[in-house]
Amino acid sequence: MNGQTPDTPIEHLLRELSPQALGVVARRFRDFSSAEDAMQEALLAAFRQWPREGIPENPRAWLIRVASRRMTDTVRSEVARRRRETAMTTEEEPTIEPADIETDMDPQDTLVLLFMCCHPALTTSSAIALTLRAVGGLTTAEIANAFMIPEATMAQRISRAKQSIKASKVPFRLPAPQGRRERLPAVLHVLYLIFSEGYASSIGIHLQRLDLAREAIRLTRGARGLLPEDAEVAGLLALMLLTDARRAARTGPHDELIPLDKQDRSLWDRAEITEGTNLLAVALAKGAVGLYQLQAAIAAVHDEAARPEETDWPQILALYELLQRVAPSPVVTLNHAIAVAMVHGPERGLERLRALDNDERLAGHYRLDAVRGHLLEMLGDFESAIQHYRTAAAKTTSLPEQNYLMTQAASLEEARRKNS
Amino acid sequence: MKYILMMNGKRSDFEGYARSSKADLQANVAFMRAFSKELKDSGVFVASEGLGWPNDAKLVRAGNDGKPITDGVFPESKEFLAGYWIIDVENTEQAVTIAARLSRAPGAGGETGSMPVEVRQVLSSHSDLGL
Repeated sequence: MNGQTPDTPIEHLLRELSPQALGVVARRFRDFSSAEDAMQEALLAAFRQWPREGIPENPRAWLIRVASRRMTDTVRSEVARRRRETAMTTEEEPTIEPADIETDMDPQDTLVLLFMCCHPALTTSSAIALTLRAVGGLTTAEIANAFMIPEATMAQRISRAKQSIKASKVPFRLPAPQGRRERLPAVLHVLYLIFSEGYASSIGIHLQRLDLAREAIRLTRGARGLLPEDAEVAGLLALMLLTDARRAARTGPHDELIPLDKQDRSLWDRAEITEGTNLLAVALAKGAVGLYQLQAAIAAVHDEAARPEETDWPQILALYELLQRVAPSPVVTLNHAIAVAMVHGPERGLERLRALDNDERLAGHYRLDAVRGHLLEMLGDFESAIQHYRTAAAKTTSLPEQNYLMTQAASLEEARRKNS
Repeated sequence: MKYILMMNGKRSDFEGYARSSKADLQANVAFMRAFSKELKDSGVFVASEGLGWPNDAKLVRAGNDGKPITDGVFPESKEFLAGYWIIDVENTEQAVTIAARLSRAPGAGGETGSMPVEVRQVLSSHSDLGL
């Protein structure tokens, strides 16, 4: 339960069952917010009891029963309070009979939860936290641990998110097809952010954190099961798998960052690459090419090269050009400039970067300096490259990135001294 | 009792560090990792963060209308916090011993350092019941 040992069978089971159980309770009581609290308490109770007493015969029904009992208690005390205040004499008390439990299951519930947690009224950080708790079946302590903030802060963040949902009066049901199409990008964005948080933090000294990248993959796998025809959901899952496949190779023995062209490719996870590539092939065949499929396609081209020299850069360049049309952003332009440099030489890449000099979205961002340093190094202008690496190092907010950039600068300094 | 160990530096110290050789950088990073791990293994680690560099540091105060007035011009002598560790130990002596270990972080040319580390007690939020 403490997030330090996330891989016990009980934890796996609870993460899978709790959103299903939550769906039943939320629908029955027509109150997502309280049902979610009740399910969290049921989860904690399961963590206390199951290791001692064994997993119940029907663990999902167990969770539903415990959460429902909690709900009924809450409703009763609420009714009693109102009776005292308004002298009301009767009020219906919703209850759940055990016999209803299995027939009450609706596979769509998890999808309803996902749309609810990624509601546009929420800030992204609240949507992420709520999604991990309600759909991911994680405890507040585990989520707080993953983001390295105090548990009380995380609990408050989740409770405020639920207040916003309550205030927005969205009913607990699946949005209509039109609304679903409009809101799916926000859902995918939340899943993507959970993954990239996990990916970025999988290095460094914080080794005992919950593996958010794995959780994001699990959640996206679930979303794909619920929306099997959607090419972007498949694209996102492919992107995660194709990126996660390089996990073992992207850091060295001292947790230092190892760039793509220096990685030991024999460490790449072949099974993940195969699964990602197959998913992507099916998705691309559907026609509507979106932002996640394109990023997955770029990751796939990298993953397919047995050695860095064999990377099909012209194809990557073509994909970045498409990506610039589908989802233009300064970061895409930066990556596009690298592809240009790899295909047409560093001068042409540097030319592309100039277009970003006055882009306010990148003002003060380290990546522009880092990429410029990289292209100047390719060009052989070590002195300017060192300057840009150091500027980037001073600006980055990531410690491993800072170490990497300073090491690059130091290496070039040594090379320069040897040459002169 | 909780203590915070603070590593401070002037802007020139940060710039000097950025110019370290590859070997010095590696030695420093390895030292810091080992230090944090040691604190965790011995059960005294509470928290640790490294801070962004002071290039964009701002001093902020509220104007009469409550809106922020920012000032980014600091004297060269100003010391900036570079990073901190919070530890939970039995007494001041232990905190000081650990701070001295941190102070020995290797500097230029791999020489054992003697960087100043500021040690301050972190106040507890519990009132002392005298029990």
